[in-house]
Amino acid sequence: MNFTEEQIERYSRHIILPEVGGKGQAKLLDAKVFVLGAGGLGSPALYYLAAAGIGTIGIADADCVDLSNLQRQIIHSTEKIGMPKVESAKKSIEGLNPDVKVIVYNERLGIDNIRKIIRDYDVILDGSDNFPTRYLMNDACFFEKKTLVSGSMFRFDGQVTIFKPHEGKPCYRCLYPEPPPKGLVPSCQEAGVLGALAGVIGVIQAVEAIKQILKIGDELAGHLLIFDALAMTFRKVKVRRDTQCALCGDNPTVKDLVMYEQACEIQAAKCST
Amino acid sequence: MAIKVRIPTPLRKLTNGKDEVEGGGKNIKDLINDIEKQYPGLKERICEDDGKIRRFVNIYVNDEDIRFKNSIDTELKDGDEISIIPAIAGGMF
Repeated sequence: MNFTEEQIERYSRHIILPEVGGKGQAKLLDAKVFVLGAGGLGSPALYYLAAAGIGTIGIADADCVDLSNLQRQIIHSTEKIGMPKVESAKKSIEGLNPDVKVIVYNERLGIDNIRKIIRDYDVILDGSDNFPTRYLMNDACFFEKKTLVSGSMFRFDGQVTIFKPHEGKPCYRCLYPEPPPKGLVPSCQEAGVLGALAGVIGVIQAVEAIKQILKIGDELAGHLLIFDALAMTFRKVKVRRDTQCALCGDNPTVKDLVMYEQACEIQAAKCST
Repeated sequence: MAIKVRIPTPLRKLTNGKDEVEGGGKNIKDLINDIEKQYPGLKERICEDDGKIRRFVNIYVNDEDIRFKNSIDTELKDGDEISIIPAIAGGMF
């Protein structure tokens, strides 16, 4: 790959790193990363993936920007309230780095479209806000043999890991076999999240996605990183591939995509058009 | 024998806001029963009616998931650190 002078300057702090170099930067510019959700986790992840010069970024989100999003969803801004989130995110990314080709999916991912959409990408980031989508994305990545960088957060706690069952590493169902049934998790009204926590978790997802593309360092696959913002601690626990796993285990029972019931109503923001 | 148990934020309402509690027991089952005595309501958030750990909650002894050890019969020794880690989904709405 031949860099332009502007690219050499833009990515100079990467290129001088022996672990990245010109070759690594070329890999990033060639890479295709898909981000599910342009929300709390997606915002910081998208910004850093774009800044790093990921050549193609796909973004799926069916919502529009709402005032209550802006406490943590930093890729949007006040004047973009009412705009589809994917369009808002695309504008912010293009403002940061014109090298990035942004492909938007202004739709909800479901059984019918998810496999086809993720098929074109190298690495998938999950920044979704509900269990049914997380299980759907996990299963779709398993069937499509895609590496899934998963981040989640709740109140002051965050979790990050990588699922890679196609390389013998665990999947989401190895970690948590089933979603919580309706009524057992706190209702959406009770839920809240520290805005800056989204930055911590989303940026760690971006770091891991970039490392996957560069093939450097130790990966989080096989480990769950747990961040407690109140105690200000990071801990890592082991995640093992479960031979009994319903999806990637030795005798799978999940052989096709399934959509679980929402544990609570999702209230989508009103779009201005 | 005092064993430290890390409590995730969603369950801290039941532990008077404490992020860590101490309990005792020779195995996980005993430990859960012991902390339930101190903080009533905790057990039903972690366990099914039959005492098994709920499928969306993991319990770790140090960094090992007890599902890959002896589940609730996993034995404990002094100094072990227990973490309760529920599945979380948020990006939040």
